[in-house]
Amino acid sequence: MHLMYFTEQPMSAYPEKEGREFGATALMFSNRFFDPAAGSRLYNEYLEHYRLAEAVGFDGIMLNEHHNAPFCMQAKCNIFASILAATTRRVKIVLLGNPLPLADNPVRLAEELAMIDMVSRGRLVSGFVRGGGQEQLATGVNPAFNRERFEEAHELIVKAWTQPGPFRWEGTHYQHRVVNPWAVPLQKPHPRVWIPGVLSKETIVWAAKKRYPYIALSTAIEATKKIWELYDQVAAETGYAGGPEYRGYLQRCHVAETEEKALANARQFMWMQGEFTGLAHPVWSTPSGYFSPSIRSQFVEYAVGRRSNPRGSAFEDQIQSQMIVAGTPKTVIPKLRRLLEETRPSIVGFWAADGFVSSADTQTCIRLLGEEVLPALREIGKELGLWSPFEANAPVSMAFPESAAPAPERPTAQRATPVEVS
Amino acid sequence: MSATAGSWTTETIPIAGVAMQVARAGGGPPLLVLHHDIGTLERLPFYDALATRFTVVVPSHLGYDGSQRPDWMRNVRDLAAAHQWLLSELAVTRDPQTVSVVGLGFGGWIAAEMATQAPRAFRKLVLVGAMGLKPDRGVIADQALVSYIDYVRLGFADQRAFDRLFGADPTTAQLEKWDLNREMTFRIAWKPYMYNPTLPHLLGGVPTPTLVVWGRDDRVVPLECGERFAKALPRARLEVVEGAGHFVEMEKPHELAQLVTDFVSQGES
Repeated sequence: MHLMYFTEQPMSAYPEKEGREFGATALMFSNRFFDPAAGSRLYNEYLEHYRLAEAVGFDGIMLNEHHNAPFCMQAKCNIFASILAATTRRVKIVLLGNPLPLADNPVRLAEELAMIDMVSRGRLVSGFVRGGGQEQLATGVNPAFNRERFEEAHELIVKAWTQPGPFRWEGTHYQHRVVNPWAVPLQKPHPRVWIPGVLSKETIVWAAKKRYPYIALSTAIEATKKIWELYDQVAAETGYAGGPEYRGYLQRCHVAETEEKALANARQFMWMQGEFTGLAHPVWSTPSGYFSPSIRSQFVEYAVGRRSNPRGSAFEDQIQSQMIVAGTPKTVIPKLRRLLEETRPSIVGFWAADGFVSSADTQTCIRLLGEEVLPALREIGKELGLWSPFEANAPVSMAFPESAAPAPERPTAQRATPVEVS
Repeated sequence: MSATAGSWTTETIPIAGVAMQVARAGGGPPLLVLHHDIGTLERLPFYDALATRFTVVVPSHLGYDGSQRPDWMRNVRDLAAAHQWLLSELAVTRDPQTVSVVGLGFGGWIAAEMATQAPRAFRKLVLVGAMGLKPDRGVIADQALVSYIDYVRLGFADQRAFDRLFGADPTTAQLEKWDLNREMTFRIAWKPYMYNPTLPHLLGGVPTPTLVVWGRDDRVVPLECGERFAKALPRARLEVVEGAGHFVEMEKPHELAQLVTDFVSQGES
């Protein structure tokens, strides 16, 4: 298994009342409510938490980015990745990920990622995302070409990583006279690419066709199973067998010394989902052209308030459905076992806290996860044959079908051999 | 304007590799009417009023309403060229200097681009609340930040006119249409939003007599843009319609039809 620590890096120190009054905490919610003194403190606390996560045994640190919103302070995941590249020693730095369509120069991204890979001595996992709807507006990037830009930027980056320059790129959305970055990744053929997602069927299909692991972001168990059904079907059509090494899951999971405390802190997961402050604005999160035309009618109804935000189920329901897991190590392990048994991911991110959870409680959570929960999950993972892409030495992609870098020590127990479908 | 408009016919014409839907009615001199970024209702009293005096041709812009989307299209000049192509396809508009053009809002921008591309092509030009020029003081309202309904409502000075035309609570089918049209607008006018920085430099070469019409209460495109069009076009004058917003043709259909008819008919042999 590959077990990661994650936080959205919430900018919780903003006046909540203002957000409520404005009615949305995204895009146009004024940054005059951003307090840089609190920001400075929080950034440094988050760095401390990442270092603790490495110390207690997490395999990876998962980073992301968002724009114009208090729920995530990372405006550029490559910045934290750079810091972690130099200040950690062992953990994978897992970017989930860089929003490709927002980049006007994907070659710059390729360079930055190569630098992070080299500085970290080959610990980069480079995920790519489309960026949220409002982020297209925040960065002035045309939502109508979001998917086209995603795919073309990806193609350009992989080429810049794997083919010697100089070469010329005359694409639909990107044109480069000379592509010849003097920074290329240490990992060969290139750093692993994982694709996180929550909604778009098209992204699941795209990831499966590329043979990139897909990371389901806190979807309900039944929805997650449907994702794997689709992924596996496309994998089979593409010529390989899907399975745990292509499956990742981000689990909201808060652990504390008592049930009561864990539940109280877990309520803070609702902070970003809008129970307290209202996260998404129905228009800004669904700019025309951003979503699949196949679900246009649903989104136009959502945009004018005739349909509620699909994310918005109650805390108790989310505890019930395990979209949020909270408790002591003893009580969360069986719940996580159920997740592993039913959906069989080999990559699991632990979104450990959100909102106003104190730094001390977050550290306790990280410590309890590392010392008690992760070892138990590793045993369950072995029992269930949930080998991560690193353990299974899975190919980096369809384009590079040979196995990646030499495998580390191979797990022995009940290893499910990845089957190639000819 | 007591004569009846007669019946409307709709045909599909292949333009630039996709199907353009074109509605037509009336008789007399040809008049091309270019619709807004939100598309258009199939029938409007304004169109009917014009059709009593003109052969009115109302195409759906490629990518809007009933016309297919050209995936390759990237800017408003492409749309202008597509409409020039249409004019050469139709017998009634084929001869230069016979056709006049009425451009409504976004359609006004397209009309202005067409005029700069072919400065002697039109007999008369009418620009109503036209986009295309960057305002000096205000801004052109950004539809990306508001819902379909709020954006369309913004174009009306009197909300009762909106309710009459679209219903107080428009249907989901109407919303989908607005979304589709908005997506096409993003594809070709996202940045800079709703203007072309080179257009003002080219308007001086258009000798066509032009009537610039603006709703006094236009909250989508500021009136200063009307003043700029009237100044930049060598033979233009500005007419301001009281009690109308951006959608002058939907709020003051007969007043606008009268202005257009008088202006376009002037000097007819």
